[in-house]
Amino acid sequence: MTNPVRTFVFTVSCVAGLALVAAQNPAPPPAPPPPTSQTEISIGRITGDIGAPLHYAVPDFIALTADKDTADAAKVIAEVLWADLAFEREYDMIPRDTYRTIEQTPTTDTIAFDRWRELGADGVVKGSVTRTGNTFRVEMRLFNVRGRGVALGRVYENVSLRNPRAAAHAIADDIHQSQSGLNGVAKTKLTFVSDRDNERVVDTVETRNGKEIYVTDYDGANQMRVTANRRLNITPSWSPDGRSIAYTSYMRIHPQILVSNVYQGTRETLTDEKTSNLQPVYSPDGSRIAFMSQRDGNSEIYAMNRNGSGVRRLTTHNAADSTPTWSPTGSQIAFTSDRSGSPQIWVMDGDGLNLRRLTFSESWADRATWSPAPYNEIAYAGRSGPGFDIKMYDVASGQTKVLTDGSGSNESPSFSENGRHLAFTSTRFGKVQVFTIARDGKGLRQITRVGNNTFPNWSR
Amino acid sequence: MKMNSLMICIVLLLMVGAAGCRKGQPPVARPTPPAPPPPTTATRPPDPPTPMREPVPPEPLPSDSVAGRSLDDLNRDSPLRPVFFYYDSADVNDAGRGILQTNAAVLKKYPSWVITIEGHCDERGTAEYNLALGERRAVSARTYLVSLGVDASRVRTVSYGSEFPFDPAHQEGAWGRNRRAHFVITAK
Repeated sequence: MTNPVRTFVFTVSCVAGLALVAAQNPAPPPAPPPPTSQTEISIGRITGDIGAPLHYAVPDFIALTADKDTADAAKVIAEVLWADLAFEREYDMIPRDTYRTIEQTPTTDTIAFDRWRELGADGVVKGSVTRTGNTFRVEMRLFNVRGRGVALGRVYENVSLRNPRAAAHAIADDIHQSQSGLNGVAKTKLTFVSDRDNERVVDTVETRNGKEIYVTDYDGANQMRVTANRRLNITPSWSPDGRSIAYTSYMRIHPQILVSNVYQGTRETLTDEKTSNLQPVYSPDGSRIAFMSQRDGNSEIYAMNRNGSGVRRLTTHNAADSTPTWSPTGSQIAFTSDRSGSPQIWVMDGDGLNLRRLTFSESWADRATWSPAPYNEIAYAGRSGPGFDIKMYDVASGQTKVLTDGSGSNESPSFSENGRHLAFTSTRFGKVQVFTIARDGKGLRQITRVGNNTFPNWSR
Repeated sequence: MKMNSLMICIVLLLMVGAAGCRKGQPPVARPTPPAPPPPTTATRPPDPPTPMREPVPPEPLPSDSVAGRSLDDLNRDSPLRPVFFYYDSADVNDAGRGILQTNAAVLKKYPSWVITIEGHCDERGTAEYNLALGERRAVSARTYLVSLGVDASRVRTVSYGSEFPFDPAHQEGAWGRNRRAHFVITAK
């Protein structure tokens, strides 16, 4: 195999240990250090037997500095990377304990190609971790076992000591991109709502548990609270750049739309009315926010600029129109309306024209969420029996398929950036929890476990 | 709030008690007899504690005393009763109309009161649509109150969807209690 070897300069973002900060921090912390990584890379695509999946292995990374943090990081990065690669199901991941006996070379320069070939591996990810002051330096090589060469090599600087998992996520996304042309979602995050802290809502004599906005890595690690206002906060929605979360907060009498800039620790108030404004959702280019408002006396869909200006009303009907979602190009909006007598999914152009109904066979359909390209599907929660299931409507064919299997009630779907996964809530194990599932209904993963957790939204 | 009042009560009692003890201690100006033994609390009972309101009224107060209560106390034992709804419905039923007539009479008796009607849903619908349904319930209750002569500007509506169930249980009895319009007095 001939692998063209070239040298590139890359900027690696998201590895630099960006720390999310709570929205209520009065003074923004200093900006995170700029991502600084100049990276040597060699590119080649691993191929295997035609029609057969490629088999990948990820042995423990090598700790090149002799401290416990580095040793732990070397192990964690390999474990997390293996799981990240398994998540997309592009490759057949060889279980890690089956190659503990393969002798590990002390550097990332080469591997025991013959032994790995015996094991059936096509690709082996070998890496090292070095502590450099207050950060790790992580080096990665993806070896092409049959071609006996390096398919991809990259260095990740400024990896946070507290979160070496971020390096694994960056490596996984780079491997998926270079080997399969796939946008992996290992670096993405979910935002959701939780009552896990059991903090009583202030300003009411009723005994009510506050609900706050949280974020988590896509795999459930690093769950962290964003809001701390001890009231009801719901329906969070990521901005497309992944740096802001718009949400509904009941900090005043009427719910209003706020934005938390999670890396600055600042908060913006987009609506401040004597009526309710809720369910914000960013357009794909991030310039507009669709939302539901009662400002004209009834639940209608509106859109505004991301700073709250330029409000435009999009629906006009005395039924309730709610829960908007944008199409991948931003030219259309799907939403829930009960103008037919029950909640159903409808779609209209971005200016409110060309209105039409999408769901006809449901007794109750809600929380439409439009897939990113190249898919053109609308997922929603449809009633089936006492609870709901996650269903997917294919816009081109008009066909609908059911993703969940009727256990518990399954609601509030949200697509991942690459359209291959959905986050949703389910009561299948008791309390409401956030799960992820692949678009074919396989690979169910539970993300939250403490308290009740609702309204998941997956970052771009 | 209840906890706070209790704590204040206890702290006040302790302070008054301590003050009482200290007041008994200073020597009295009498020439001959030796100083009396330190008086016990029996010789000088502590001052009675400052009268305090009951943190929670044991039973509904007569209507005459309603006007004198704080907003929190009013809402804790509200003269405005909740209205309940059928499943997936925002229509005020017969029972609801009766309750709203009573509530309207209270609001007419205290014309300065401003209220917020909270619309709530049970957990069986979807969380998102319940936010719209809850608003519709609150608006239904408001519309009926206004039709009974309550000034519309005194009544605001807000939906909490199914986020704050009154009864967290997952069965029909709880669901019935959770499909409600709840009245909060926000100014008096």
